[in-house]
Amino acid sequence: MDIQTQLFEGQLICLAPIDHEKDPEIESKWTHDPEYLRMLSAKPARPLSPAQIKKKYEAIEKEMDESRNTFYFTIRMRGDDRLVGFIKILWVEWTNGNGWVEEGIGDANDRGHGYGSEALRLVLRYAFAELNLFRLSVVIPEYNQTALHLFAKAGFVEEVRRREAYQRDGRYWDAIHLGLLREEWEVQVKEAAE
Amino acid sequence: MTASLFQGELVRLTMDNPETLAKAFSRWGRDSEYIRLMDGGAERMFSAKIIQSWIEKDFEKDVGQDFFFVIHTLESDHLLGFVSLFGIDWNHGNSWVGIGLGERECWGKGYGTDAMQVVLRYAFTELNLHRVTLGVFEYNPRAIRSYEKAGFVHEGRVRKELLKDGQRWDALEMGILRDEWRGGEKGRLI
Repeated sequence: MDIQTQLFEGQLICLAPIDHEKDPEIESKWTHDPEYLRMLSAKPARPLSPAQIKKKYEAIEKEMDESRNTFYFTIRMRGDDRLVGFIKILWVEWTNGNGWVEEGIGDANDRGHGYGSEALRLVLRYAFAELNLFRLSVVIPEYNQTALHLFAKAGFVEEVRRREAYQRDGRYWDAIHLGLLREEWEVQVKEAAE
Repeated sequence: MTASLFQGELVRLTMDNPETLAKAFSRWGRDSEYIRLMDGGAERMFSAKIIQSWIEKDFEKDVGQDFFFVIHTLESDHLLGFVSLFGIDWNHGNSWVGIGLGERECWGKGYGTDAMQVVLRYAFTELNLHRVTLGVFEYNPRAIRSYEKAGFVHEGRVRKELLKDGQRWDALEMGILRDEWRGGEKGRLI
């Protein structure tokens, strides 16, 4: 990596800002898929209108501007800029160099093509080589095996298992907290280059 | 039904006026050891005046979101700390708990463990939660022992989360399920 390296461009996708005109309609559709919402969040699943999504985007940008500890990106296809998901680094705690990651690929048809892992790869480089963070955390419900696999592949290891932290469809599931240290990421990058 | 939902063997949970709380919090904030045990971030000092305005704003906002109590000794009705159930996921029945004893001469005497037991009973029998979660730093063995005594189980460690004095430290997470709490002799409802 050098100074000319484009941090926000992958092979298939790129990281880009929010498009306040076009994105709300698309993300509103995603929120009508309860499976997507349940994979993503502990909050009760609920559909949101384009107007509600618009408000959410405004809040995200306000938060990014004011708190300086949130980094939100949309994930878009290279070429036509079609929105496929989002990825963010949040709750950055500068004193100790900690941050959290969240990622979602909205439409079921866009999953399983490697967009999510490529976006995660870009964001890890951004977190460790640009923000100079020391570690990243992610919390994933036990029933989201796809995400667990994706983050494990990116080098994250299980650190905490919050037993029975989710109740869905009449049974309890654990919340799994995974972490990745900068030193572990650096080894990975070195090995990939060799 | 218990007549003493807010009372343990050594302490009771109560609520003081914002002015009283703000003065205590501002004074406790001058004890760097206390602050480092409570919080992993960089601490800044704030006046009682601004702390009071935050507390008042918080009370106006939503009384039902977090369950914040102050801890008084039964012996002298002395304010020694606080305990709070916060970040509750009602749909899953999970809450975080945080506790702090600002009065350092009250450390190591069982007040914290007693207060935790009272708040767990409140979490499980009044809020009807399924589990309670907490985070604690590995450089705080006194707290870890207290949580173990109250029935918390170790659930993992967030590696090297803290950087203090040039050294990396882990943050531990502990949890207690409703069923586990019922099994504990101290936590059982009388």
